[in-house]
Amino acid sequence: MIANILTVCYLIGSVSFIVGLKMLAHPDTARKGNLVSAGGMAIAILATLILYRSNGTRLHNYGWMAGALAIGAVIGTLAARKVKMTAMPELVSLFNGMGGLCAALISIIEFGRLVQGAPVLHTLVILAGLMIGSISFSGSMIAYAKLSGKVKDHAFRGQHVFNLVVLALILFLGAYLLCGAAMLPASVIFYAMLALSIGYGILFVLPIGGADMPVVISLLNSCTGIATACGGFLYNNPVMLTGGILVGSAGAILTVLMCKAMNRSLLNVLVGSFSAKPGSSGSGKEEAHKEITVSDAAMAMAYARKILIVPGYGLAVAQAQNTCHELEKVLKEKGVEVKYAIHPVAGRMPGHMNVLLAEANVSYDLLLDLDQSNDEFPTTDVVLVLGANDVVNPAAENDPSSPIYGMKILDVGKAKLVIVNKRTMKPGYAGIQNQLFSQPNTSMLFGDAKDVLQQLIEGIKAI
Amino acid sequence: MKTLLDFIQQNIEMFYVVILSIFLGIEVISKVPSVLHTPLMSGANAIHGVIIIGAIIAMGEAAPDNYLALALGFMAVIFGTLNVVGGFVVTDRMLEMFKTRKPAAAKKINNK
Repeated sequence: MIANILTVCYLIGSVSFIVGLKMLAHPDTARKGNLVSAGGMAIAILATLILYRSNGTRLHNYGWMAGALAIGAVIGTLAARKVKMTAMPELVSLFNGMGGLCAALISIIEFGRLVQGAPVLHTLVILAGLMIGSISFSGSMIAYAKLSGKVKDHAFRGQHVFNLVVLALILFLGAYLLCGAAMLPASVIFYAMLALSIGYGILFVLPIGGADMPVVISLLNSCTGIATACGGFLYNNPVMLTGGILVGSAGAILTVLMCKAMNRSLLNVLVGSFSAKPGSSGSGKEEAHKEITVSDAAMAMAYARKILIVPGYGLAVAQAQNTCHELEKVLKEKGVEVKYAIHPVAGRMPGHMNVLLAEANVSYDLLLDLDQSNDEFPTTDVVLVLGANDVVNPAAENDPSSPIYGMKILDVGKAKLVIVNKRTMKPGYAGIQNQLFSQPNTSMLFGDAKDVLQQLIEGIKAI
Repeated sequence: MKTLLDFIQQNIEMFYVVILSIFLGIEVISKVPSVLHTPLMSGANAIHGVIIIGAIIAMGEAAPDNYLALALGFMAVIFGTLNVVGGFVVTDRMLEMFKTRKPAAAKKINNK
C-alpha cells in the first residue's frame, strides 16, 4: 500500500516535470511552468522522506537529514534572492555544479557499500555517475569563476590532445575496474578516476572563451541531467530517471539552439577558434576613430526622430539599465521614438538582456529582436550602442578570417549616426578589433555607461 | 553479452522510459524563443536537482555508525537542496520580470 502511494507520487512528479518544462518554453506560461515543476519536486521529495522503504525498513538519520535540508534550503533561497540580476548566469552555473557534486558524492557512498560480486552494470552506473557528476561539478565551478571574472582563459599548446588523453585514461580506468582489478585495490582506481574527472572538467572549460560560457553551462547542465539519470538507474527510481533524462536531452537541444543563435557549431565553440588565435584579424593596429562630446551627443539625440538603443554587457556591468530607461523617458517627452535592439546573445546569456531591461520596467514591446532591428536601422537617425561590441562588429559579415565570421550582427552602420559608448578602445570579449568604430558615421563616447547616460539625460533636459 | 541482455530484459521498462524521455525532451524544447533560453536553462537546472532523492536514500540507508557515509550523505543532501531550491527560486525571479508586461508596467510608471 505504502509502496503504491510512493509510486503514484513519483508518477505525479515525473508528469509535472514534463508539463512544467513544456510550459517554461512559452512566454505566457513560463512562470507557472516553473511552479508546476517545483510542486512536483516537493511532492517527490516529501514522498521519499515519508514513504520510502528499503527491504521493509524506514530510512534512518532523519535528524541529520532535516538539518541538511534546512541548511541547503536557507542558503539556496538567500543566494537566489540576493544575487544581482547581472550575476544570474554565474549563479545558475554554481547551482548546476552543486547538482553534479551531489551526484558524485552519491556514487562515492554507493561505491563504499558495494559488495563483492555485485552486478557489473550496477558498478558501471556508479562509475558513470561519478565521472559525469564530477566533470560537471569542476567544469561548472570554472565557468562560474570565469563569468565572475575570477579566472582568465588559459590554454597551452596541444591542450585538446592532452584533454582527450585524460578522458581516455578515465574511461580506461573505469573499464579496468569493471573487469575486476587485480593489480591495485579497487578503491585506489576509483579515487584516481574521481581526481582525473575533476581535473578533466577544469581542463575542458579553462581554454573556452568567456563569451561562450552560456553554451558550456548549458552543456554541463545536460551532463548533470545524465548523472541524475545514472542515479535513477542505481536506485531504480523512475522520477530521477525521467527528470534526469529529460534535462539531459532538453539541455543538449538547448545547447545546440544557443550555438545556432550565434551561428556557430558546437564543435567550433568547444575546440574554440575564439581561444585558439585571439586577434588574428587586424588586432595589431588600432584604427582611427573620432570622438563626440556628451553635449553634442545629447543635441543629436534630442533632435532625432527615431533612436535605437543597442544594449550590451557593458550596460549590465555598469548597472545602468534603470538609467537607460530614464533616458528613454526623457527622450519620449521630447517626442523622440525610442526602441531597443536586442541581439540574441547580448549580455552573458541568450535572453539575459531582456531580463535586465524588464527589471528596469522597460516595456516588453519596445524590445526588437535581430531581424526587426535590422529592418529599422536604415530609417533610424541615431543608434546608441551601450557597452556592446562583438554583436555590432561588421567583421562577422565581411571578414572570413575573423573568429566571429558568420555570426548574425545588428547592422547599426545603416543608421545615419552611430554613437558608441565604451569604457576604452579595448577590443571586446572575443578579443577582436571592430571596424565599426572607424566608420565615418560612427562617433565614440568614452566613459562608464551609467555616468555617460546620466550626463546625457541632463544634457537633453537642458535643451 | 548475456549479462547485458539479461540486464535489458530485467529493466525493459527503464529502457522504454529513457528512450521516450529523450524524444520528449527534444520535442518539448525544440521551439523556444531565444528570450526564454536563460530561464529555460535555469528551470532545467532546477529539475535535475531531483538527484536529491538519491542523496536522501543514500543517507537514509547508511547505518547510524557509518560516519563516513553519513558525512558524505549530509553534504550530498545539502548540495542537492541548494540545486533544487536555489534553481527554482532563481528561475522564478527571472520570470517574474517578464510578467511585468504592458498593464503592470504602465501602472508602475503612472504611480511614480
